[in-house]
Amino acid sequence: MKIEVLGVGTTKFGELWEVSPRTLVKEAVSEALSDANLKLANIEALYVGNMLSGILGGQENLGALFAEELGLFVPAFKIEGACASGGLAVHNAINSILAGVYKTVLVVGVEKMTDYNPGEVVSALMGAGHDEERLAGMTFPGLYAMLARSYMEKYGTTERDLAVVAVKNHHHATLNSKAQFQFEVSVDQVLKSPLVADPLRLLDCSPISDGASAMILGSERQERSKTRKTVWITASSVATDSLGLVGRKDLTSLASAVEAARKAYKMAGVNPQDIDVAEVHDCFSIAEVIACEDLGFFPKGEAAGAIAKGKTTLGQGRLIINPSGGLKACGHPVGATGVKQIVEITTQLRGEEGLRQVKGAKIGLTHNVGGSGAVAVIHVLKNE
Amino acid sequence: MLKNVGIAGFGAYIPANRLPIREVAEFWGKDPQDVERSLGVIEKAIPDADEDAVTMAVEAGLNALKMAKISPEALEAIYIGSESHPYAVNPSATIVGEALGVGRNYLAADLEFACKAATAGMENLAGLLEADLINYGLVIGSDAAQAKPHDALEYTAGAGAAAFILSRKKEDFLVQILDFTSYSSDTPDFWRRDGVPYPSHQGRFSGKPAFFAHVIGAAKKLLEKNKMKPTDFSYCVFHMPNGKFPVEVASNLGFEKEQLEPGLVVNKIGNPYSASSLLGLCAVLEIAKPRELIFLTSYGSGAGADSFILKTTKILTTARKRVLGIKEYLNDRREISYSKYLRLTNKI
Repeated sequence: MKIEVLGVGTTKFGELWEVSPRTLVKEAVSEALSDANLKLANIEALYVGNMLSGILGGQENLGALFAEELGLFVPAFKIEGACASGGLAVHNAINSILAGVYKTVLVVGVEKMTDYNPGEVVSALMGAGHDEERLAGMTFPGLYAMLARSYMEKYGTTERDLAVVAVKNHHHATLNSKAQFQFEVSVDQVLKSPLVADPLRLLDCSPISDGASAMILGSERQERSKTRKTVWITASSVATDSLGLVGRKDLTSLASAVEAARKAYKMAGVNPQDIDVAEVHDCFSIAEVIACEDLGFFPKGEAAGAIAKGKTTLGQGRLIINPSGGLKACGHPVGATGVKQIVEITTQLRGEEGLRQVKGAKIGLTHNVGGSGAVAVIHVLKNE
Repeated sequence: MLKNVGIAGFGAYIPANRLPIREVAEFWGKDPQDVERSLGVIEKAIPDADEDAVTMAVEAGLNALKMAKISPEALEAIYIGSESHPYAVNPSATIVGEALGVGRNYLAADLEFACKAATAGMENLAGLLEADLINYGLVIGSDAAQAKPHDALEYTAGAGAAAFILSRKKEDFLVQILDFTSYSSDTPDFWRRDGVPYPSHQGRFSGKPAFFAHVIGAAKKLLEKNKMKPTDFSYCVFHMPNGKFPVEVASNLGFEKEQLEPGLVVNKIGNPYSASSLLGLCAVLEIAKPRELIFLTSYGSGAGADSFILKTTKILTTARKRVLGIKEYLNDRREISYSKYLRLTNKI
């Protein structure tokens, strides 16, 4: 398959109290349109990735809402799949193009979280979990803490080993003007930050954020830009697994991610070793470690060590992970994340990222996870 | 600039019960040192079973009258600023007036504006005095601050009262009020609806766009208007919702640690809402020398800030000896447990 990324845009991520979801979306879309050199009239359909607008803000029907806000009365859909909502919106948009229904489609990922108190947000996010986990009082930090414990038990990994993920992603975010946390943290700072869910500390966790990202996707028949590299999506795959951790065979890997990655590599005709740059779903430090192994970048039990050696750090490694700062430091407005990941990889493959450019990047991958691994969405992109 | 308004007497009151913050932290499974360090509060004052915003206001009012050496009947206006008035309808100001023996010929009004109701009352009195409509008025900030168990507010919501008698006679002035200004906006960072026992708040939103924006807004406006700068003042006092915000805002405005510290009473009493910045002012007035300038800024959620420029006179040092001061109240303390706190604040 070949789907062209015609244009991309993203707002700053962060605590954006003064900006409404409508304004966030307009900003991201207007950036994507101008990047694509297209007009609203060219857009045939709108896919919106969002998780929490209903449960937190009482607002559903986001397809129609943002269509109206943009002045774009075309078929419009909201796609929800927890923190993978953005990736799923892109997947559905791609399918609509592959089916020949539309030629040019707008995808938006948006989330407004910081207007609500953290307790409300944590409980709303648990909407992505299993009902029995909710009844037992589990939270997502708690679920990922259980994954972390299992992983540490099996591979002898320490809290210090996990902390390097946050240190690297904060470093990358210092080079990203749209990131929520543009400052460095040290391993000691991570280890001294308050415990959220043992063994995960505050600085092992991605933040609550506001933000929106947008992209315009087109079929192969579009006219090419001659002034910059064209970026293609060559694989888009989704896999699901049990909603709760209780249904898993293994707590040191996410089977949905492994399966979605297997399909995506096959679809794109590439191997893990071919990937130059990846945005992975580091909602917690342990999640990036597991992701790197599920995607086949490193053997089981070796990802944390490789990250600590700088093998995925800008300017040091060959395969750069989360150059945007990842969910940890760029921020995690949940519905926007899956879209932002593809925006980042697109600009990386065009060679437009300046200080945080992964030199010579040709093939990129995004890994977007919903729940504690109930759904995974993988995209592979390449330039031409 | 005001010409005819000054403070003729002031009085503080802090209830003796102290709940150590470590008690609350340990109860909820938090690291006590983390909480103490991040909030800059060690313990908070809690009213006893027979105390509320009105009784504490009376105690502070009695001290202020004693210092001012005037008859209660000389008072022509009483404003009580509080967000824990014991009655939703029925004024605290008349209960206090009756208890102080003010007589019948006075204006009584309750004010509410989160933690800055009393400084709003001070501005109101200043208007009446400057216009030569009254000779003496009393304003009291008094709160038995409410906090829902397990809410972040539980670590800081304290209790206390501060009373100020304002006069238009220069010979009475212990402190002259030289000027003031206010800064207000519809910023809902913290609120309590009618009939709801505990306030709600918007967490981190109560910082930058709320406390900091308004305190800095009022302070800068007043400094600019008077062509003054932080170094002109011997002391500065800000509202103290915790130990961090006043330190940060003072440094942001260009005040030094030495100017702020004498009035920084939050670590020992918590945040007694309407009385917070005014108890800080009392602490400063207990050590200030004659002819020193003091910069005061309150903050009330919802939101607004009142900024004042004050100047001490030479009779302050003798007058303040007539009553118990903050230092005495801080030393008069008995530690209580978390369970006793729950009982005293009618939570169980």
